[in-house]
Amino acid sequence: MTRRTRRRLIEKEICSCSIFGAMNRSGERFGGGGVIEAIANMHVRGNGLGGGFAAYGIYPHYRDYYAFHLMFTGTSESVKRSSKAEFDAFLHQGFQVVHDEEIPCDDSVWVRDPPLAWRYFVLPDPKGEDAKLSEEDYIVDKVMWVNTRIDNAYIFSSGKDMGVFKGVGFPEEIGRYFMLDREYRGNIWTAHGRFPTNTQAWWGGAHPFGLLDWTVVHNGEISSYGTNRRYLEMYGYKCTLQTDTEVITYAVDLLMRRQRLPIELVARILSPPIWNAIDRMGEKERSIARTLRMVYGPLLMNGPFTIIIAHHGEMIGLTDRVRLRPLTAAARGDMMYLSSEEAPIRLISPQLDEVWTPNGGEPVVGQIRC
Amino acid sequence: MKSFIPPEFQVYRDEDRCDQCRGCERQCSFGVHSYDQDRDSIISDESKCAGCQRCVIFCPMDALTIRPSPSSYRPNSSWTREKMDDLKKQAETGGVILTGCGSDKPFRIYWDHMVLNASQVTNPSIDPLREPMELRTFLGPKPDFLKISGEGKDVAIETEIGPNVVVEAPILFSAMSYGAISYQAFKSLAMAACDFGTFFNTGEGGLPKELRSDYGRCAVVQVASGRYGIDAEYLNCAAAVEIKVGQGAKPGIGGHLPAEKVSSLVAETRMIPEGTDAISPAPHHDIYSIEDLSMLIYALKEATNYEKPISVKIAAVHNFAAIASGIVRAGADIIAIDGLRGGTGAAPKTIRDNVGIPIELAISSVDRRLRDEGIRNSCSLLAAGGIRCSGDVIKAIALGADGVYIGTAALIAMGCTLCQKCYTGRCNWGICTQDPRLAGRINPHIASRRLTNLLRAWSAEIKEMLGGMGINAIESLRGNRDHLRGVGLYEWELDVLGIKGAGE
Repeated sequence: MTRRTRRRLIEKEICSCSIFGAMNRSGERFGGGGVIEAIANMHVRGNGLGGGFAAYGIYPHYRDYYAFHLMFTGTSESVKRSSKAEFDAFLHQGFQVVHDEEIPCDDSVWVRDPPLAWRYFVLPDPKGEDAKLSEEDYIVDKVMWVNTRIDNAYIFSSGKDMGVFKGVGFPEEIGRYFMLDREYRGNIWTAHGRFPTNTQAWWGGAHPFGLLDWTVVHNGEISSYGTNRRYLEMYGYKCTLQTDTEVITYAVDLLMRRQRLPIELVARILSPPIWNAIDRMGEKERSIARTLRMVYGPLLMNGPFTIIIAHHGEMIGLTDRVRLRPLTAAARGDMMYLSSEEAPIRLISPQLDEVWTPNGGEPVVGQIRC
Repeated sequence: MKSFIPPEFQVYRDEDRCDQCRGCERQCSFGVHSYDQDRDSIISDESKCAGCQRCVIFCPMDALTIRPSPSSYRPNSSWTREKMDDLKKQAETGGVILTGCGSDKPFRIYWDHMVLNASQVTNPSIDPLREPMELRTFLGPKPDFLKISGEGKDVAIETEIGPNVVVEAPILFSAMSYGAISYQAFKSLAMAACDFGTFFNTGEGGLPKELRSDYGRCAVVQVASGRYGIDAEYLNCAAAVEIKVGQGAKPGIGGHLPAEKVSSLVAETRMIPEGTDAISPAPHHDIYSIEDLSMLIYALKEATNYEKPISVKIAAVHNFAAIASGIVRAGADIIAIDGLRGGTGAAPKTIRDNVGIPIELAISSVDRRLRDEGIRNSCSLLAAGGIRCSGDVIKAIALGADGVYIGTAALIAMGCTLCQKCYTGRCNWGICTQDPRLAGRINPHIASRRLTNLLRAWSAEIKEMLGGMGINAIESLRGNRDHLRGVGLYEWELDVLGIKGAGE
């Protein structure tokens, strides 16, 4: 006789937000100052309960190592240190640590209850059964393990040559706290300002969400959350944070990394065309669109959203299929921008070659030329 | 033997209105009304009245009222009138008490203890009159992964997907066999299913040959323990094939179509001699284990060239979730679960009212079980038994069903009043009878319109409720229990349903 499964009682977070992304399509790296300025221009879209950034190409000296960004939370320094000690012991069992240090921060910037933020540059060193996993699956497995099993320790960034920086506060405060304008240069930056309605402020709950080098910033509320979550659980994802963004991150990981589907198809899964439109397509296209909806219906993200997905060399903007949240795209020379509003783009790049509003469900893809 | 059972219904005739047209006499197949020449008046034998209201609806003068008899025994919570009358019936006949329709006992109806969500502020509700709202549903297996080849314009899907059938709304007509119901009622269901873009289920009585070319494409054909009417053409003219293992109204037992209902066309369709009892055995005598079921599933797949989904219908009983998992692993593409309140044309009353579990709990536990085992994608889940309105449909889907079967609801749309006399074959509404005079009361063109109207109305209501939740495609509600809350339920019930209590 199996024991009764208890129903879940965790509350889902509901939030509204501002999002911004900038990339240099020739791969040149640039500081985070402009991105901070741009997201700050959308100050009123957030309420100071979360802000964050993802930056790519920022660790050229350690580009071959996974960069784990850890936050150790707790009411006192000793609690933080003891969860760090627990994590360190775990880490050394399955990884070679090449270098580790506290993530530099500017203590003159006031932020609320900052955790101890630490970064580790590591190489996986799987043993036993774990050696059968692919390197990436091994990382994902360990990240999930740490985030669900070690109290007060949370890996919020786990890709190579990239990093997520986030916390409780307005994004411009978080950006200055981590000194993103001075310390780092990257070729893709995404940013997020948050307006949660019902959550207690927690540093780990801010955006972007990242897994390996995939990050997602998200503005919206997913009404299909329960369906999406229960589908992803069948593939081994543990949705611990009860946020829509986590679900989108895992969906992107499942579809793009594990199943290697191209973004054009992934867009048709997350924001599929309506059946009436599919029925009117040519035969080949119709068969693909129909099959995707049939098979991946549980990953349809229903409800208002705009997301910016990024990984090395690529930044993608996508809205829900009826475009209930805003997205503006723009380009100037090698630079490409995605934003909730046009004004912040104009603020940091007054002259633009083109500005447009993408259709619902139509992905905007920016790629760095190799 | 003098019967000691008092009449259940009282017939009240307004003599001022009655003009003695004798319409009621012609309408009533039970022989309640008759004209007494000596007294020049119409008299009523209340002991025969089933309370089906046929005479009331068709009295041109609105002179009739049929109501529960006010005479009663001394009230007794333990010995209710029903218990006493049933006992007397058995004392008078020595037989098993038969009945029709689904159980009318007051088991908790969980639908009425669950409420739906709606959007407020943080995400917009969607207006289905102005925006797309999609109910299209595919029934059948889906792969866990899709393999893709090529890039850009040349991208192609390599994975072959098992057979799926598509419905325009996740509501199908439940299995009701020709033989149990009349040809006209059967054809009405077939016409409505094709008109609307859904499926009817032939039940175990075969599919009359002349209906195959027009309606086969909308048919789920059943293979039951009696194997009536099965040949290669029957299997191949249909959209899907269903192996009937159990029925919610009578889990664990077979079926019995009495000889008097086996007319020549029923006999021909079922491939049995005219005027003989058609008795379906309790088990399939070639299925005594799960591996036997697997062999039948694959035999049917072979017979249909792997082009049609194979469904397996079971009754919801105590450990059915584990059985359902076995059925998926045995190769079924669709699992249909029939709950405690599922209908029937004839069943022993004690089985109907004492065996099985409510469908709401069943949907939830089977969906969870299949997900825990990682095989939920391999099959679709149809829920049946006690779906009364669009609210029940949407809650079934939120609990985890892909779609629902409706039987009783469809019959009510055609005129059924749940008088529970289906097993007598004398249905005054022309549904559950083979008497040509009674069956002729159903005009398939009109009855099928009533059925498509019902499906259209429910679809419109489902769209309204979906839109209210900020969802514009039904697949985003499937298994989405976040949108349900329980009211007035015990902790264990909330756990089994996998939903929070209201306000939690």
